[in-house]
Amino acid sequence: MDNKSIKKLYNLINIESKKLKNKINLMEVCGTHTMAISRFGIRSQLPPKVNLISGPGCPVCVTPVSEIDKILEISEKENVIITTFGDMMRVPGTFSSLEEKKAKGKDIRVVYSPIDALEIAKKNPDKKVVFLGVGFETTAPSVALTLKQAKKQKIKNFFILSFFKIIIPPMIALCMDKKLKLNGFICPGHVSAITGAKIYKILTRKYKIPCVVIGFEETDILTGIYMLLKQINNNKPEVEIQYKRVVTYQGNLIAQKILKEVFKKIDSIWRGIGEIKKSGLALSKKYSQFDAEKIFSFDISYSKEKKGCRCGDVLKGIIKPVQCPLYKKKCTPEKPVGACMVSSEGTCAAYYKYGEK
Amino acid sequence: MCLGIPAKIEKIEGDFAIADFNGIKRQISIQLTPDIKVNEYCLVHAGFAIEKITKDYAEEIKRYLKEIFKETENG
Amino acid sequence: MEDIITVAHGSGGKIARKLIENYIKKYFLCPELKTLEDGAIIKINSKKAVLTTDSFVITPYFFSGGDIGKLSICGTVNDLTAMGAEPLYLTCGFILEEGLKIANFIKILKSMKKTAKQAGVKIVAGDTKVVPKSKGDGIYINTTGYGELIDENLKISVLNAKPGNVVIITGNIGDHEIAILKDREGLKFSADIKSDCAPLNNMIKKLIKNKIRINVMRDPTRGGVAGVLNEIAKSSNVDIEIYEEKLPINKVVIAASSMMGFEPLFLANEGKMIIILEDKDAEKALKILRKSNLGKNSAIIGYCKKGNGIVKIKTKTGGMRILLQPEREQLPRIC
Ligand code: SF4
Repeated sequence: MDNKSIKKLYNLINIESKKLKNKINLMEVCGTHTMAISRFGIRSQLPPKVNLISGPGCPVCVTPVSEIDKILEISEKENVIITTFGDMMRVPGTFSSLEEKKAKGKDIRVVYSPIDALEIAKKNPDKKVVFLGVGFETTAPSVALTLKQAKKQKIKNFFILSFFKIIIPPMIALCMDKKLKLNGFICPGHVSAITGAKIYKILTRKYKIPCVVIGFEETDILTGIYMLLKQINNNKPEVEIQYKRVVTYQGNLIAQKILKEVFKKIDSIWRGIGEIKKSGLALSKKYSQFDAEKIFSFDISYSKEKKGCRCGDVLKGIIKPVQCPLYKKKCTPEKPVGACMVSSEGTCAAYYKYGEK
Repeated sequence: MCLGIPAKIEKIEGDFAIADFNGIKRQISIQLTPDIKVNEYCLVHAGFAIEKITKDYAEEIKRYLKEIFKETENG
Repeated sequence: MEDIITVAHGSGGKIARKLIENYIKKYFLCPELKTLEDGAIIKINSKKAVLTTDSFVITPYFFSGGDIGKLSICGTVNDLTAMGAEPLYLTCGFILEEGLKIANFIKILKSMKKTAKQAGVKIVAGDTKVVPKSKGDGIYINTTGYGELIDENLKISVLNAKPGNVVIITGNIGDHEIAILKDREGLKFSADIKSDCAPLNNMIKKLIKNKIRINVMRDPTRGGVAGVLNEIAKSSNVDIEIYEEKLPINKVVIAASSMMGFEPLFLANEGKMIIILEDKDAEKALKILRKSNLGKNSAIIGYCKKGNGIVKIKTKTGGMRILLQPEREQLPRIC
């Protein structure tokens, strides 16, 4: 984008920030936003009163070690092929990672889409093919539709280990967290394409926190921040959509319907945050024949989070990565300690890559 | 949290379509955007079209910037 | 002869002999190889000599723009070239998997012959072993190369980058790896892209003959441009700053990278050179490089600065970020 518009936008933000009474905290929930904000160097160019903190919107980072251990255990079983998005390969479990298992000869394959995983299942009828389902509402429908197809085609050797999560419950939990003083949410762009902006209504109504669904270009983010500041100054919290070229208020109704059909909400553990009621997606009864949790048995009582890693506090926005004693010392992208440093869009990795303070 | 890449629909075959990602071609599912037609654009995530979009992203950005700058000049 | 490789081909017996006589010798024939002794006698001048070796393992072994044979010649030729040497002789070792089609083996040999001719090197010794089925990926090749320094006064070394030096790349970034991924089973995409696999010695020789003061030269194969630049920055103890908008990249590589979440600067190349040289010679070097077909997209992509081994990239939007050393192969991701 042209520099002139960007300067103008910073200028508008500056003017609006002068009207603020106190320092404010805006949280970008989504990891892609964290990455983009770091890449454009937005944090350092905002007026001092406007503070951006990063939230729990990177699926890799919020998946607890115990769940990683489950898939690692499955990879040890006979006649199994594990299929996964590349994101999960390096995430450390208690003792190992999928990448290490693969190096030791386990059949672990990276796919671009769950459709490809189903194809692998069809081609290997004598093997159990397990797909590792991670992500939020954007990714879950793709798995739901793949399962629908598997059902239609009567495929019996395809299974899902569902770690899917939904984004609203942790946002509500963060609103209630006394340690955090949130004044606005930069709402995720692509999740909202599926869910619609309507899901944020509860945040503006009940918790009085302004919400703007924002795109990923530099001008999108700056415009969105400006919209949030205006809402704060006018003291009229509402749900606005800046990313109109993709997101509507209602969202993708087909996707919402299929999610309801294939999944059910369950209580789920978020790394560092703990258990949040009804924040995860497990396969519904109708689809339980595909549920890897029901097919395989595991004992993961040994699961343990890495010592000293403060991912949890980073994910909640309580500390910035630089405040973690391991950051840049024991923990680097070459040798990550926590998931926030492993994931390409983890907050610690973003800060490291772009040298943020 | 989710990469979303724009692509153009080239050919439709039932629930699937061949999409062109600026020179890269791949089969995607269009079950979430069943109304989409050949030559239209969509945002793709993990091999699924998740929403129809307009062709010219840049134009759209220009439009909203114009709007916001006008708004602030008047006000 | 059967039309696939069997364990007998590696036995040292008659069949093995036949394989060498009928195929390998046929394609690589030169006086030094003729008698099939245990070693080749080669002429060595008083010049400083350079030796290198490299092994090639690739799936699939035929790909858009090349094959493992071409790759095995280019790889070693380019390593010698990067040292400022003129490549002269190669040896090659084959590890063949039982079941490899002889027709495919011949195709690979022919392609090696053609590439060696293009680069002006002779293949003077070789070895063949056969491993049982499913103990290999069809074919592995090792090549060792001998060359001689073109200009003994030129000190080309990874330690020699100096503040103020200019960084040149001799063409588009990432074509090889994207072409390979396309041809590999699994990711299921198609695109109009070919591997850049090519021997660079003739082009680089022109630079040296024209007295271009090259300080460092490296071919950005595995680990890509980011890997090589990080190595140079650390070894020479300088910072390197490159500019995103100056990078020559095919739009298909950009599209594939954004689709799968790749960093193009981490992608492997097989026909590119990174050259770090005195800034006064940069324009002249560019002119010479661009005259060659293999270097027509050459570009100045950045500069060395005083520092302590960090590579930074200035993004199109003006931001600055650290360009890390790539870890390992990149995997397609969704976030
Ligand atoms: S810097 Fe590393 S150890 Fe510290 S919170 Fe981040 S990921 Fe965890």
